[in-house]
Amino acid sequence: MAFEKRRPVLVEHTHTFCPGCGHGIFARLLAEAIQEAGYERKAILSLGVGCCCNMNPPSWSGDVLQTAHGRAASVATGVKVARPDLLSISYQGDGDAYVIGLNETLNAAYRGENICTFVILNNNFAMTGGQMSWTTMPGQKTTTSPAGRDCKVTGMPIKVPEIMATLPNVSYVARGAVTSPKNINQLKKYIKEAISAQINGEGYSFVEIVSPCPTNWAMNVKDSIKWIDDNVIPYYPLGVLKERTGE
Amino acid sequence: MKEMWKGNHAIAEAALRAGCKFYAGYPITPQTEVGEYLSARMPELGRTFLQAENEMSAAYMLFGASACGMRCMTSSSGPGFSLKQEAISYLCTNFLPALFVNVIRWGPGLGNLDSAQTDYLRDTRGGGNGDYRLVVLAPNSIQETVDLLYDAYDIAERYRNPVELLSEAALGQMMEPVEFPEFKEGPTDLDWVWDGTGDKNSYDHGRPTTAGKPAAFRKKIETMRENEQRWENYKVQDADYVFVSYGLPSRTTRTAVDKLRAEGEKVGLIRPITAWPFPYKGFEEVPGTVKGMISVESTDSGQVIEDVALATKKMCAGNIPVYGLFSGQNIPTPVHIIEYFEKVKSGEEKEAF
Amino acid sequence: MATLHIDTDRCKSCGYCVISCPQEALAISDSLNENGYNYVECDESKCVKCGICYTVCPDVVFELTED
Repeated sequence: MAFEKRRPVLVEHTHTFCPGCGHGIFARLLAEAIQEAGYERKAILSLGVGCCCNMNPPSWSGDVLQTAHGRAASVATGVKVARPDLLSISYQGDGDAYVIGLNETLNAAYRGENICTFVILNNNFAMTGGQMSWTTMPGQKTTTSPAGRDCKVTGMPIKVPEIMATLPNVSYVARGAVTSPKNINQLKKYIKEAISAQINGEGYSFVEIVSPCPTNWAMNVKDSIKWIDDNVIPYYPLGVLKERTGE
Repeated sequence: MKEMWKGNHAIAEAALRAGCKFYAGYPITPQTEVGEYLSARMPELGRTFLQAENEMSAAYMLFGASACGMRCMTSSSGPGFSLKQEAISYLCTNFLPALFVNVIRWGPGLGNLDSAQTDYLRDTRGGGNGDYRLVVLAPNSIQETVDLLYDAYDIAERYRNPVELLSEAALGQMMEPVEFPEFKEGPTDLDWVWDGTGDKNSYDHGRPTTAGKPAAFRKKIETMRENEQRWENYKVQDADYVFVSYGLPSRTTRTAVDKLRAEGEKVGLIRPITAWPFPYKGFEEVPGTVKGMISVESTDSGQVIEDVALATKKMCAGNIPVYGLFSGQNIPTPVHIIEYFEKVKSGEEKEAF
Repeated sequence: MATLHIDTDRCKSCGYCVISCPQEALAISDSLNENGYNYVECDESKCVKCGICYTVCPDVVFELTED
């Protein structure tokens, strides 16, 4: 049975992400990880606003709360207060979690809420058509940085996992990518660790997922992956930033 | 047996008696004591107190907890309550109940700590985006605060809509004799809650689709408007002039009514106990011979008066003039109210509507 | 014996599987699915049922079963 690859229950229906979007791969990995932990009927996703809105039913077969832009961390916190027995997961894009929602995202981590937060990083506000995000790379052209991002006035791309790793009540932080089979398999391990940390009551767990956005980058999948390898991963290195200690 | 309780502490204890299991909030004067009280009391009861990083986040925590069926509340004032407006809008569109407490402090911006009613229009019209209303409960005493809070969750769950308790700085800070009802629990068989299974996933747990929402919202609002009006009338039936006032100004207005009656003036008082739905039904008692309606409110430019004018127009025949005493940063005194009445009666004060 | 199942209606023609298949067994076909995408097809003579296509596919087009 280990050889078999079956469609996980939570993504049995099709979704409306763009062709080649990293969200689709992550969503499947999340569905696999939740199902392998036995929680496919015991999980509530709190979605940010952005491309993750594509995970509303029927695309995701489990329970979904569509929250306000930037506030998924707070909603997921409230879910966990009401139902500590369920997996409370927030699923957001980088525009949602690191720009408008930076305060709520960091504060949930700071308090050590026993939730998992997953953030797709694709260097733009994708759903609204490709505006600059705080993760946009220096010189990267977006619809609100048409001359290329000037980091002297807008800031350098923000590294939230690095900040989170400094917070004592955060139990686990990792950054993965969907840019190769190897990275995808590694990312799955990170997701499973984060979920296991929540089930074990260890505190806040966080995984950032570097992803292509072929539509807004105006590239095919192959070129998107190369662009990430050349421009994004050197700045946003993959790996575990904070290991679980089991407490 | 009644005991002396501070208003804010009574709000907190009453919410617990009504079944509140989760409080998320942030300090802001003059309501901080609500959270402080709960920070000590909730652990005693095995319930959850959470000091959030800001008022907006606190309100979104209620979204998550309420979606799972937990009775929850937040409280704030002034600019803090402004921060909650988007979250209230989200709760309304998701047909989720929750309890919001606004202990109004005067003014826009930072405002100040004077007791006032300057959030009335926003709180009764829905301060966030979209067409929604909250049932807004407006007590004028601490005991009434407790009694109204005891019903708040039942109202919220009946319509799957947030409910607001509208208090004001002085009512939150003062002390009065109070007794509390017994603890009660919320229902455990709500069929619209999120439970992690995804079984009810086919469109948002029985909520209407976006296309169905306008009609659903209208129906909900009209039903609340028909069924949830609360008021108290005092000496209205033979009145020449009827005051309309809610909250603490209603108490000084009632004193003014008594003094004026003692001097032979036929005056009365309609006291809204729900700011929304505004108690149009209370105006049925206004006699056809009435000469004027006088709104008495702690606002700067007149807010309650708009509802008084609408209700008067709808419920009373003829073009009854509507006047307004706007006392700004004060609770108007009976002397002040009587002076104003004299000016209305003499014609020195012109009607606003 | 193992089988690669392709749900062609789920395919959005992104080509991630095509560039990832170590056997170069996958290609975007000339046929259209009901959504208007040219869906992927597999040359069974080359496919070794490694499952990498499943791993990279954003749309869970593939399933791999033992029989």
